[in-house]
Amino acid sequence: MARKQNNTITWDTFSEGLWRENPVFAMLLGMCPVLAVTNSAINALAMGIATTFVLLASGILISLLRRQIPKQVRIATYIVIIATFVTIVDYAIQAISLDLYNALGAFIQLIVVNCMILGRAEAYASKNRPLKAFVNALGMGAGFTFALLCLGVVREVLGAGKLFGVDLFGPQFEPWVVMVLPAGGFIVLGAWLLLFEWFKQRKAQSESDAVVEVR
Amino acid sequence: MNYESLSFIFLNAVLANNFVLALFLGLCPFLGVSGKLNTAVPMGLATMFVMLVSSVCAYGINIVLVGLDIEFLRLIAYIVVIASAVQLVEMTLKKFSPGLFRALGIFLPLITTNCAILGLALFQTFKEYDFLQSLVYALGAGTGFILAIMLMAGLREKLELSNLPSVTQGAAVSLMLGGLLSLSFMGFAGLGGQ
Repeated sequence: MARKQNNTITWDTFSEGLWRENPVFAMLLGMCPVLAVTNSAINALAMGIATTFVLLASGILISLLRRQIPKQVRIATYIVIIATFVTIVDYAIQAISLDLYNALGAFIQLIVVNCMILGRAEAYASKNRPLKAFVNALGMGAGFTFALLCLGVVREVLGAGKLFGVDLFGPQFEPWVVMVLPAGGFIVLGAWLLLFEWFKQRKAQSESDAVVEVR
Repeated sequence: MNYESLSFIFLNAVLANNFVLALFLGLCPFLGVSGKLNTAVPMGLATMFVMLVSSVCAYGINIVLVGLDIEFLRLIAYIVVIASAVQLVEMTLKKFSPGLFRALGIFLPLITTNCAILGLALFQTFKEYDFLQSLVYALGAGTGFILAIMLMAGLREKLELSNLPSVTQGAAVSLMLGGLLSLSFMGFAGLGGQ
């Protein structure tokens, strides 16, 4: 590669995926599993871990092969690599817990078409050294899992009155059923985005106030 | 073998189990391209076409895979077929309608990573539909996708004109709209939902 690379791994390599470029809250990538499997916290966690594994494994392999893969067919190559790892995860989950496998349904196999993984392969793993790609993928995976948990916890607490299967409110609690239905997914994610946008605006506001005071 | 009637499969895929609003498949284009009605409709049509092609191919491939006893390659085989079908659509559009090609932009190659299409191929395999049933299922899923994206685009065009607080601008309000649409589609659940 002619371009000089920056090979230093900083805290930022890891943390950008957690917050500033969070795949779900900031970039709105990989929405389908985010909304579909987050009707309980445990499903959300399992999905997050599975996606993180695929992200890590494909990130490392693509980064190792980045000089061998011809430019013209790179997307197809990435997809095949990702599909291989997803098949591994699919069979692994089936072997570990059949209940979980049935709960997640086709969405394990649909990790293949999670735009976030392909996006990371194209934008990051194909341009950086394996170790750096690994650290970045770890951050992105953690950010994705965090976002899934944010939704899963809210939807399970409100929709079923439970958290990780443990009853929270006792028998008199009337579950807010709409939250575990598809509509609830959209609305909860919308609400989280509103909250983050509000924080961002407040921060920007207080910063501009500070500038005025200094003058 | 599955004995559901064709009309049931179609209605189920369009309304009760709408791919976008009930099964959460294909959300990226649903949120990404639904800003304007005149890009949303071609996007929906392109997606529907890819769905039909990949559904037919997936049906054939599945027979081969089952015959050779190598079902673990299903995912890889399906995704390669879908990627090729998308490439076909892309080249056709580029040749015959360059303006549209530019308008759809990055979302055209991203049809490959539209979960609705892989989801369709996988579901028809799980449900063991025969050839005709698969085709009708693909048709229904495509129609449902167009319906959802058109409704969303219409709503968002109205939204452009309304006065929103600055916090809600962007993705948040689209998601809320999607939630309300999804809620209204739940009314169709009596037509044979889960």
